Amino acid sequence: MPATGIVEIALSLGVLTAASRPLGHFVADVLEGRRTFLSPAVEPLERACLRAAGVDAAHETGWKPYATAMLAFNLLGVLAVYAIQRLQHVLPLNPRHLGAVAPDVAFNTAVSFASNTNWQSYGGESAMSYFTQMAALTVQNFVSAASGIAVLAALIRGFARKSSDTIGNFWADLTRVTLHVLLPLAFVFALVLVSQGVVQSFGPPLTVRTLESQSVQDIAIGPVASQVAIKQLGTNGGGFFNTNSAHPFENPTPFTNFLEGLAILLLAAALCHTFGRMVSDERQGWALFAAMMLLFVAMLVPAVRVETSPNPALAAMGVDSAPSLLQPGGNMEGKEARFGPASSAWWAVATTAASNGSVNAMHDSFLPLGGLIPMALIQLGEVVFGGVGSGLYGMLVFALVTVFIAGLMVGRTPEYVGKKIEAYEMKMASLVVLLPAALVLVGTAIAVSVPAGTATLGNPGAHGFSEVLYAFSSAANNNGSAFAGLGSANPFYDGMLGVTMLAGRYLLAIPVLALAGSLAAKKRAQEGAGTLPTHTPLFVVLLAGIVVIVGALTFVPALALGPVVEHLQMTAAAATH
Amino acid sequence: MFSSLRPAFVLLVSFTLITGVAYPLAVTAVARVAFPQQAGGSLVRVAGRSAGSRLIGQEFAGERWFHGRPSATSPKPYDAMVSSGSNLGPTNPALLAAVHKRAEEERASSGNSTKAVPVDLVTASGSGLDPHVSPAAARWQVARVARARGLDSTVVRALVDRHTEPRQFGLLGVPRVNVLELNLALERMTGGR
Repeated sequence: MPATGIVEIALSLGVLTAASRPLGHFVADVLEGRRTFLSPAVEPLERACLRAAGVDAAHETGWKPYATAMLAFNLLGVLAVYAIQRLQHVLPLNPRHLGAVAPDVAFNTAVSFASNTNWQSYGGESAMSYFTQMAALTVQNFVSAASGIAVLAALIRGFARKSSDTIGNFWADLTRVTLHVLLPLAFVFALVLVSQGVVQSFGPPLTVRTLESQSVQDIAIGPVASQVAIKQLGTNGGGFFNTNSAHPFENPTPFTNFLEGLAILLLAAALCHTFGRMVSDERQGWALFAAMMLLFVAMLVPAVRVETSPNPALAAMGVDSAPSLLQPGGNMEGKEARFGPASSAWWAVATTAASNGSVNAMHDSFLPLGGLIPMALIQLGEVVFGGVGSGLYGMLVFALVTVFIAGLMVGRTPEYVGKKIEAYEMKMASLVVLLPAALVLVGTAIAVSVPAGTATLGNPGAHGFSEVLYAFSSAANNNGSAFAGLGSANPFYDGMLGVTMLAGRYLLAIPVLALAGSLAAKKRAQEGAGTLPTHTPLFVVLLAGIVVIVGALTFVPALALGPVVEHLQMTAAAATH
Repeated sequence: MFSSLRPAFVLLVSFTLITGVAYPLAVTAVARVAFPQQAGGSLVRVAGRSAGSRLIGQEFAGERWFHGRPSATSPKPYDAMVSSGSNLGPTNPALLAAVHKRAEEERASSGNSTKAVPVDLVTASGSGLDPHVSPAAARWQVARVARARGLDSTVVRALVDRHTEPRQFGLLGVPRVNVLELNLALERMTGGR
C-alpha cells in the first residue's frame, strides 16, 4: 500500500510541476493586461464592472492608494459577511430555517473569510444558510484570493519596474484575477467535482429510510461543489460541511481527492512562474519554486511515514494496523477509508504548506509527530507555496532576508533581481517575518494562562497545549485548519483568533506594499562581480535553509512542549507493555 | 479612503452577484442536466423508495448486517446533519478506552476471538459518515453475517469480493467496500431473510 500511496503522490507533484508554468504565464498575461484566449468572453464583463465602479484601469497608483483600496475593499467585505450572517434568518435560501449566527461567531467568520484564513468556529451544515454560504462565504473565497494575488502583483511590479512611482491599479488587478483566472477555473472544477458525486442543489436536506432500522436519516446537502471548487483553488479552505473535505459530499472519491489536493497547491505554485515572467527572468521563478518544493518534500516524506505507521497503544489491544493488500492500515482514527493514511498525510502537508486549511482527515487525531509537521509548516510562515499571492510575497521577503545575510557574509550591498536591498527594505522584511511569530507565541501564552483559554480543550495533557498552539499558528498565518477538538465557538477564542487573523493578514500586507513602492522607485542596479546570483542551486538551498532556521529558532521550544512531549509519552507507554 | 468607497462598494456588489449568485446557479443548472444523480446526492432507490445515499454511511448494528466504521457524530452515530470526527488525540485515554471496547466487542461477536481486528473497524472516521470499510474489515465480518443469515460463508465472502472497489483508475486511493451497497446485495441475495 505505501508504494501506491507514493505513486499517487509522485503523480500529484509531477502534474503540479508541469501545470504550474503555463498557468503562471497565463496569470502574468492577465496581470499585465494582455489579451488571453478568455478575453472575448470575460472582457465585456470586466469593463462593465470597472465602469460601474468609476475605475479607469489604466490609471495606476503608488503603494499608499493601492493599500488603501485593498483595505477598504476588505473592510467592506468583513462588514458584508457579518451582516449576512446576522440577518440570514430573514434572507432567502434558508430551507432549514436556521437562526442568525451568534455575534462572536459571525465576527470571527467574517474576518476569517475576508483574510483568506477560513478558520471555522461553526459547523457549516448546521449554522449557515445556503444564502450565507453563497453570497457571503463563496464570494469571499474568490475576492480574498484575488486580493492576495493583487498584493503580490504590486510587489512583483516593484521588482520589475525602475524609477517608477506606481505599482498598479488595485481595482483592475482584483477584477481581472477574479474574472479571468479564478472564476473560469472554479466553474470547470466544480462540474468535474459534481460528476464524481459532490452535491450541488438548493433543495432541503434529503430524507431517506435506512436499511436496517428503517428509521429516518436526514442528509444535509446544498450548493456544495461551487464552494468546494473555489475553496481549494483560492487557498481558502472553508468547507461547506463541518468536516470539510473529509465529508463524502465534498470529496467523494479518490479522484476528487487527487484533484482537490492538487488544487490546493496549483495557483500558489503557478505564481512563482508569474514572477519569473514579469521580472523577465524565468530562472528566478524556477528558483523560488525549487526552494518551496525542497521544503515541501522534506516535510512530506516523514509525514507519510508517521501516519502510515500504527498507533502503538492500539497494537497492544489486538488491533491490526499493518498495511496489506486488504487494508491501508496505519493511524486510521479521523481518516476516511477511501483515502487511507498516505493520501491523508499528503493532504495535511499540502493544506498547511499552502495556507489552504481544508482537511480530508482530522489533524487532531494524527500521531504526535504526524501533527507536528502540519503545525510546523504553518509556523514557517506559509511560504512553502503558501496562500495564493501571500505565499509568494512571504517567500520573496525571505529571499530578501537571504540576500541580506549573504551580503553580510561577504561585505557587499545585497541585491535581488536588480534591486539594491537597503535599510528600509530590511525593516519592512523584518516586520513581515517577526509579526506572525509574535502573534502565535503571545496569543498561545495568553490562552493557556487564563481559564477561558483552557476551559474548552478537547484533549488532556500535552495534546491540549498542541490544540491551542495550532489554533494561534493557524490564525496568525491565515491557514484555517485546526486541531478541531478545541472548542473555539466562544467569545474568548472567536475574539482572540479573530484579531490574530486580522493582524496576520493586513499588518503584513501593508509592509509588503510599502516594500513594493520603495522597490519600484529604485533604479536598476548593474549586476557586478559581487552580485550573488539568485537562480542557482546554492541560492535555493540557502533560501530554504533561512526559512527553516528562522522557523526553528522561533518555534522549537513551543513544539517541544506539545507534540514532542506527547510523542515521548506515547513511545514510553508502548515500551512498558 | 473616501475615493475608494465607491469602487469598493460597487465591486463587492458586482462580485456578490457574479461569484455568489450567478456562478453557483450556473453550476447547479449545468449539473442538473449533466449529472442529475450525483448533484442530487447519489441516492439509492429500493422498491421506489430512497434507502440512502451511496456516499453517506448509515448505522448498521445487528449481526445480520455488515457494519461500517464507528461514527463520532453526536448525539447519534451517522447523523448526516452534523458531520464530525472524534478529534481525540492519539494518547487520549478516552480514545484508547473506546478502541479497546470496540476491539473486544468485535472479537466476541465475530467468532475470531484470537485474531487482531482490522484498524478501520475500531477507529472513528473523519466525517462520521464514511460509507466504506477496508476489504479486511468486510472479510472480518463474513463469518458473523453468514452465521446470522444461515448462509455458507464462502458465498458471503464471494459477495464481499464482488463489492470490493479497486483503486480508482488502478492508482488512486485504496481498495474499499461500500457498506450500504454490500448490505443491499446481501438482502437481494437472501430475499430479506
